[in-house]
Amino acid sequence: MNRAPLLFLGIFFTLAFSWTGIVLTNQLTYGKLQPVIDETENKAYPEQLSGLAEQGKLVYQDLGCLYCHTQQVRRPGFGADDKRGWGDRQSVARDYIREGRVLLGTIRTGPDLRNIGARQASRDWHLLHLYDPQITSKGSTMAPFPFLFEKHKIVGQPSPRAMKLPAPHTAEPGYEIVPTQRAEALVAYLQRLNDTYAYPETKNVFVEPVEMKKEGQK
Amino acid sequence: MASAPNLAASFDPATSPDLVKRAELSEIDASTKIPVLFFLCSAVLWLLVGTAFALISSFKLHTPNFLGDIEWLTFGRARTAHLNAVIYGWSVNAAFAVAFWLMARLSRSVLRHSGLLMIAGVFWNIGVTIGIGGILAGDSTSIEWLEIPPYATPLLFVAYALIGAWALITFRFGKSEHIYVSQWYLLAALFWFPWLYSIAQIMLIIEPARGTVQALVNWWFAHNVLGLWFTPIGLAAVYYFLPKVLGKPIHSYYLSLLGFWSLAIFYNWAGVHHLIGGPVPAWVLSAGIVASFMMAIPVIVTGINHHMTMVGSFGALKYSPTLRFIVFGAISYTITSLLGSLMADRQVSMVVHFTHFTVAHAHQGMYAFFTMVMFGSIYYILPRLLLKEWPSAMLISVHFWTVAVGITIYVVGLSIGGIKQGLEMNNADIPFLTVVANTIPYLLSRSLSGVLMTIGHLAFAVNFAWMLLRPRAPQATAPTFFNTPPDMEVAR
Repeated sequence: MNRAPLLFLGIFFTLAFSWTGIVLTNQLTYGKLQPVIDETENKAYPEQLSGLAEQGKLVYQDLGCLYCHTQQVRRPGFGADDKRGWGDRQSVARDYIREGRVLLGTIRTGPDLRNIGARQASRDWHLLHLYDPQITSKGSTMAPFPFLFEKHKIVGQPSPRAMKLPAPHTAEPGYEIVPTQRAEALVAYLQRLNDTYAYPETKNVFVEPVEMKKEGQK
Repeated sequence: MASAPNLAASFDPATSPDLVKRAELSEIDASTKIPVLFFLCSAVLWLLVGTAFALISSFKLHTPNFLGDIEWLTFGRARTAHLNAVIYGWSVNAAFAVAFWLMARLSRSVLRHSGLLMIAGVFWNIGVTIGIGGILAGDSTSIEWLEIPPYATPLLFVAYALIGAWALITFRFGKSEHIYVSQWYLLAALFWFPWLYSIAQIMLIIEPARGTVQALVNWWFAHNVLGLWFTPIGLAAVYYFLPKVLGKPIHSYYLSLLGFWSLAIFYNWAGVHHLIGGPVPAWVLSAGIVASFMMAIPVIVTGINHHMTMVGSFGALKYSPTLRFIVFGAISYTITSLLGSLMADRQVSMVVHFTHFTVAHAHQGMYAFFTMVMFGSIYYILPRLLLKEWPSAMLISVHFWTVAVGITIYVVGLSIGGIKQGLEMNNADIPFLTVVANTIPYLLSRSLSGVLMTIGHLAFAVNFAWMLLRPRAPQATAPTFFNTPPDMEVAR
């Protein structure tokens, strides 16, 4: 192999091959996928996140939630995603088209979160779980996020947003623990994770919804 | 390849029979000294930083309250700082250092324009430092392998552009008529990496593609960084040092040719196997699975070529630190790549995809293969740059055994734990928290291996610093071996 130009051409074309196949072809074939407009509901799906939920997504990114949680449901029969109640249908490409950053994830140290908003809608549950996962899910290995909460001295009336913590997590008398704006935003984002709309392309893979299992019990 | 009459001679340029060639090699080595040392010192510092974050992350996975109050060190950030410190800090700096030294030697030309490389090195390391600071402060992009925030990446681009320009100049002015197999790998790697990195930056961060096209770009990039950047540089080093240390030519030119081109053709399609079961077109996944299986060809061919070169010389492993690390790395390359092909199978992927098995596999590739090869290369290169020998054979021995045993416990433990985790996760009758609880013993074994590897890295760093700082011996001394080879007397 003493011909440098030939070597260079080979090096160029090999990578050009997969770049064309994986990147370019897919960008051209479904890089402009559009939302579905549901005329009976007069809405476009997938729906845009609210401003607060968008902020929450940034918190999700900056804390690195992605490194333990996926956001993709595999089809029934391929793994047990449906039986665990992680989603009643497979995730499809259209679910993600409104997202500036797609956070599919690659590891399930914790459960899939694509439909966490559908199976766990309670704001209070999420806040307790974030403050210390042991409160709601004993034995979990999830990191606690106490820094998303603030301890305030109670002046006058207690805050309506204050956490209702069980012992021994309660603050000392005269103090209360209040979620920060970042915690509220993150919870708004998690509550919004809910891909239950049936697109035309999901109807052939749609199966009867299984009973949603509550986080922490299952 | 030059052949040396015996093992000791192959280690020691001063014993080369050809005086002219010896002088030329010394001159080439001397010309690489400043930039290669700069990149090596940076690499060793980053290795220590990356190791500290690795230990923190590993402890957090089984003891979540460990340092749980510190936002900067929450698992998602510490783990990401670990990855970026060991990849862009340790591995890339080490890869650059080894690549420059090999390029200069193989082109038979003194390293010119080392100023370019020094500027590039400064930019690169400032970029990585700002990047990791940004990740710890919460500016991570949350795109795997590309977490460094956008305000730090231009520094990395500038650094890489300078290095690319330098590589072209060096190659253009090389004196050697023949292009050795290591050079194919180095050239390809130096060309592929900026292509991958710039496409990924453009389509994910600057002007993000829509929907799951992002995921395809992400894994096209992230898997190819391993296969088309670290793997070629690791293999270039194996192809150089194996014959060099043994003093005999590589087994087969044609096998190296086949190995190189089959890697180039198949590897770059394989990355999408990270999305099996995911919301991307099924044909892309199928193509990726086929390519992953075809990877068996370059891996087996390269494995045979290396093995046949080693045959008859396994005894040298008793003496040579370089050889011991490189052979460990080369064997790991074969094992981890064949396992990787297997993991792309849909049924296997269904079990292991989202588990700790993948983590074990990644470390087998990046550590048991690439990092071990880099350690071996550094043990060979540094004495030739500094014209002095490693101060302590004992520390080299501690280094080898702690990291070899450590990474073995790591890979075996997490692989078994990962398969168990995957099987349990696919059985909805087992509560999720039980699945989690059952992984803890394996996560503890990973922390144990982490402690061992940390000891090894400290031994390596101490030996490295000691070597830099100690005065040069007045007369040439014998190379540092684990044991004294029997033919040493003859060589001297």
